[in-house]
Amino acid sequence: MNAPAGTFKERAHKALGDTNLKVALDRTTGNARTKRAAAVAAWPDFDEARKQSAAIKDHALDNFAYYLEQFERNALASGAKIHWARDAKEACAAVIDICRQAKAKTATRSKSMLGEEIGLPHALAEAGIRRVETDLAEHIIQLAGETPSHIIWPAAHRTREDVSRLFQQHHRDHRLLTEVEAMVASARHELRDDFFGADVGISGANYLVAETGAICTITNEGNAELTTTPPRVHIVTAGIEKIVATTEHALQLTRVLVRSATGADLTQYTTFHCGPKREGDRDGPEEFHIVLVDHGRTQMLEEMPEMLRCLRCGACLNHCVVYRKIGGHAYGGAYPGPMGSALTPVFDGLENTRDLPHACTMNGLCKAVCPVDIPLPTLLRDWRAKSFEAGYEPPGVQRALKIWTFVATRPRLYRAALAVALPLLRRLGKDGWISRLPFASAWTEARDFPTPPRQTFLAQIASGEQQ
Amino acid sequence: MTNTGGARQAAPKVGLFATCLVDMLRPNIGFSALELLRAAGCDVQIPRAQTCCGQPAYNSGDDGNARKLARQVIEVFENFDYLVAPSGSCASMIRTYPELFKDDPALSLRARTLAEKTFELLSFLVDVRGFRPANVSCKASATYHDTCSGLRGLGIKTQPRALLAAVQGLEMRPLEGDETCCGFGGTFCIKYSEISDAIVAEKAANIQATGADLLLGGDLGCLLNMAGKLRRAGATTRVFHAAELLAGRALHAIGEEKP
Repeated sequence: MNAPAGTFKERAHKALGDTNLKVALDRTTGNARTKRAAAVAAWPDFDEARKQSAAIKDHALDNFAYYLEQFERNALASGAKIHWARDAKEACAAVIDICRQAKAKTATRSKSMLGEEIGLPHALAEAGIRRVETDLAEHIIQLAGETPSHIIWPAAHRTREDVSRLFQQHHRDHRLLTEVEAMVASARHELRDDFFGADVGISGANYLVAETGAICTITNEGNAELTTTPPRVHIVTAGIEKIVATTEHALQLTRVLVRSATGADLTQYTTFHCGPKREGDRDGPEEFHIVLVDHGRTQMLEEMPEMLRCLRCGACLNHCVVYRKIGGHAYGGAYPGPMGSALTPVFDGLENTRDLPHACTMNGLCKAVCPVDIPLPTLLRDWRAKSFEAGYEPPGVQRALKIWTFVATRPRLYRAALAVALPLLRRLGKDGWISRLPFASAWTEARDFPTPPRQTFLAQIASGEQQ
Repeated sequence: MTNTGGARQAAPKVGLFATCLVDMLRPNIGFSALELLRAAGCDVQIPRAQTCCGQPAYNSGDDGNARKLARQVIEVFENFDYLVAPSGSCASMIRTYPELFKDDPALSLRARTLAEKTFELLSFLVDVRGFRPANVSCKASATYHDTCSGLRGLGIKTQPRALLAAVQGLEMRPLEGDETCCGFGGTFCIKYSEISDAIVAEKAANIQATGADLLLGGDLGCLLNMAGKLRRAGATTRVFHAAELLAGRALHAIGEEKP
């Protein structure tokens, strides 16, 4: 990822003032929450399914090396080529290298958040390879020159009306199309030649299946199949945490993944890709490459293994009160929302991203809706502790907590201080409310503060007062 | 409301942890908790040495200072049968203490012992004491916001509603997004005030849309956030902690000075 512009607070400020963004976010996340709720209600015991799904991922992660090696053996046996990449740079280099050997001019790409994470779009551009995004929402943001703002709906920040104008500007059909079907048809028309003309197709993977050496893609548009099948070369980029033991495990996870993401029972396309075209096959790529990317995952296995369960469903984004207000771009990392706030410090360093784990109300809804029960609030709180320990927290905050603790661990001093402070504070009140607090103006910028009582509860108890 | 005979023998010793916000800003919630606990047959004491549970430090990542405050709470409350707080947030924090002392086995054990007997007030009244208020009436419509620490941290959802169902004349109205955070988040509302404002504005609009006379909840921090926003938005919704209503002490809402 390129460094985002401005500070987190500046980006959030900008987002909060964007009324168009508010409309787009309310629509997308609102629909997602309603549909997920219906899907979960229709499942006999979704909480049990969440626990089982977490156990499936934990089993694979507890035996990480075993299953990754098994996957590699089976994938090699199927004719795939395996490339291990320790970091983003190695991963991009591997992809570019394969493209160059294939003398590729154009690469189609089906949506992959890992690609965003490792900066693949940028790397392809630098290497002079034309990149064609085939996911409809990715196509939209490619036209707009943007990055994804949601991990399931990359164009979640764009309204239908925005997209109409973008298509009018960039598509061969220059009419202003307002019907969704007509807009989809226009994009389909636009992408068709590239689907069949691309030299290389790049996809991500939802799972790496150890027992078969297959990779699985889950989409609703069928663009993944058109990206991976017609071109001569298919490149998969996948984080190593995508490993699962069996096909059955992959399918079990898919049931909770899809319901959590879109509320549907199943996506339109769930495809297992195993090896290149064999003799007698009617279609399929001649070369099948799988780039297995670590990029901090081995470190996460030690420090926050639960995060490696993440299926990238986006439920935590859709249910997060902060994401719903500021959208994805304000976060400044490849992944936004609660899961992004847990991941981005791993990729971009905690010092630069310390705002992300702090910009959370700790309300716990993200954990409650997570299909693999990731304790996101705990992980974010752990980042806060690391940030505090590293001295990244603002000196004012450090000082305030020190003073508060000093006084609060001396009950007599604490009582005496309150006996002085409350009457002073009361003087600011008018009609029961204070409209400007001197030491916490951030509170009164948005809301009023009730005038405090003359005496604390404990002082009133001590003096025998009951009213 | 007094215990007699055998009941006195069985009366559990409850340490009432008022919480720093209630102590400083809303003593009426403390008095309400005291009366409700006594009515539920508890022998209630209010230790003088109580201050803060350490949550602001803990949520800021300042584990060192959080431990100092947690240690004090353990020392002050560990000899009671129960620690009860009129706050899901502070009760959740105390339930987190064992994690905070995981590198100190002795304190961790004491922390776990305290955590196991720590309860939020409304759930304690229902789940532990089987209490229902008698002869409480309030002719008003009300809506309830489930504060997140209580709801998801402690599983409090039905208990306050069961208690409020016993209040004569009270009409409960559903609140759109009653399980959605109000944007308080402790220090979050100060550190990221602009985002917090956007969240509480939506909450205030949902509350106003119910047309209810009263907004009730179980955590003063969240109630202050919502009450302050409602007031700024010009709404007339009166805001109380549910305990105030249940104790028959809902006379002056948040921001309404005693005459």
